[in-house]
Amino acid sequence: MMTVRQRHALRTAVRLAAAAAITVLFLFPIYWLFMISFKTPEEIYSFPPKWYPGRIHFDNYAVLFKDGDAITVWNSFVVAGMSTVIAMFLGTICAYSLARYRTGGEHLANWIISQRMIPPIAVVFPIFLLYVYLGWVDTFTGVILLYTAFNLPYVIWMMRGYILDIPRALEESALVDGCTRWQVLWKVVFPMARAGLFATAIFTFVFAWNEFLFAFLLTKEKWVTLPVRLGSTITPFQTDWGFLTAGAIVSFAPLLVVVFLLQREMVRGVSLGAVR
Amino acid sequence: MTSLSATSRASFGERNFKYLLIGPAIFVLLLIGIFPLVYLLLVSFQGITMTETSADFIGFANYAQLFEDTRLWEALLHTVIFTVIALPLELLLGLAMAQLFLEKLPGRQIFVALLVLPVVVSPIVSGATWSLMFNHRFGPINQIIGWIWREEVTLLWTISPHLVYPAILAAEVWQWTPFMFLLLLAALANVDKSQLEAAAIDGAGWWRTFFKIVLPAIWPVMAIAILIRGLDLFRLFDIVWALTKGGPGTMTETISIFTYIKGFQQFETSYTAAVAFLVIILLSVVVMLALKKVELSR
Repeated sequence: MMTVRQRHALRTAVRLAAAAAITVLFLFPIYWLFMISFKTPEEIYSFPPKWYPGRIHFDNYAVLFKDGDAITVWNSFVVAGMSTVIAMFLGTICAYSLARYRTGGEHLANWIISQRMIPPIAVVFPIFLLYVYLGWVDTFTGVILLYTAFNLPYVIWMMRGYILDIPRALEESALVDGCTRWQVLWKVVFPMARAGLFATAIFTFVFAWNEFLFAFLLTKEKWVTLPVRLGSTITPFQTDWGFLTAGAIVSFAPLLVVVFLLQREMVRGVSLGAVR
Repeated sequence: MTSLSATSRASFGERNFKYLLIGPAIFVLLLIGIFPLVYLLLVSFQGITMTETSADFIGFANYAQLFEDTRLWEALLHTVIFTVIALPLELLLGLAMAQLFLEKLPGRQIFVALLVLPVVVSPIVSGATWSLMFNHRFGPINQIIGWIWREEVTLLWTISPHLVYPAILAAEVWQWTPFMFLLLLAALANVDKSQLEAAAIDGAGWWRTFFKIVLPAIWPVMAIAILIRGLDLFRLFDIVWALTKGGPGTMTETISIFTYIKGFQQFETSYTAAVAFLVIILLSVVVMLALKKVELSR
């Protein structure tokens, strides 16, 4: 007979084995991506496939940054960064108004979040027609405006939640002390909400960084982003895997940092603030 | 209202402070949300195509065409098929995984951090990754199946009509099961321990405890997870685009891919406007009803 302690140890061992197996299963595609990006073309297209690179080899990354494709990485960074900054500012002040003054009530708040849930393809089609008319396709203004609008509902919704978490008393005493409303916002609310501001800004950046469809439809050459460039290399017949995997890793690597930084806020961020 | 808005002799800026704050954001949302919608409605009553540029109104012809367009309804059907298979799969797998990681386990935090990774991968990148995994010659999946089968296999995962759905669903489930896992793990951790202990003392079995206590407790979170993923699946584009581009033929065409092909490849401008308008109206109604049911806000 097993003692209670032995049974417990066995149970833990089984669970640990299951956990390890599941983790390997879920990480394998990411491993495969990394591994191919370090292979030489001969290794990539060898049959049967090799499960690890012969030696670490950076040529695929060198190609990515040589032929002018590095600009797409920069474009992604600029578009995601700029739209995040603008959306964070406009969204947070709007969220403050919704949270503290209940401006527009539940209806306005629900309308704003519903803007995020409608399929982008339907929304982007008329915007495309409008942009063609205005000559905004593949321009800085056009791309930034679209991404800002795309991120705004998320920022407003998340920041509204974070501001509701801040006790009101502090703002009231600041007002009594003679602060103007703007000063209250800058000196009390923003500092108090900085954890939320930080997490929301990172998520907003990630959404824009990963976004494919808008950039795919509204850029042509100058403002092509990394996901669009990668998407264009996938063809049924001749895909340059070295290039594709190196680009995919460049797209993915910054997100590793994000997951590490945001561990505590992850659940709240992806559940639209519904779960903490 | 509260003392925040009750200042005496307030200036214009002070009095309208709350509207000044929402002004810029609402302006951007209206500019990108409402204005194009009105334009869309207008265009949907015209007859603009690649060859026909006259902006004469042709009444409801485009909307009448919607009903006869079998390709549209098939695209809608494909979208529904993806949703009704992927959503329960992700939910059940995520729940099972959450259950596994609920109790203490050595290295638990590291496991969870690693398992979350697929969620932050760009969907176009995950589609590309799976197109490598499923490559018939150089991909690992056929090789693994070959080991099990003990003979070489060349399954054409992204081309063969029998295999495209499993391939797309595998990529979709791989990317989003961790999302369900993350939310359900948080929900399970919040279930009242004393109720579970009471049930154990009463001799209630695992299933009974789960359906009577755990499920009602995690339901609000589950409903939100289902809503978010359900709406995401309805707009499915990137993964399918990377794997099959809607093919073979139109077999895996989703409503988003259909709209893209009509509007941006075949330039049936006015007809696409009608399709887009239909989708927006349908989804707005669904979202508004869902938001009433689900407690997304406090």
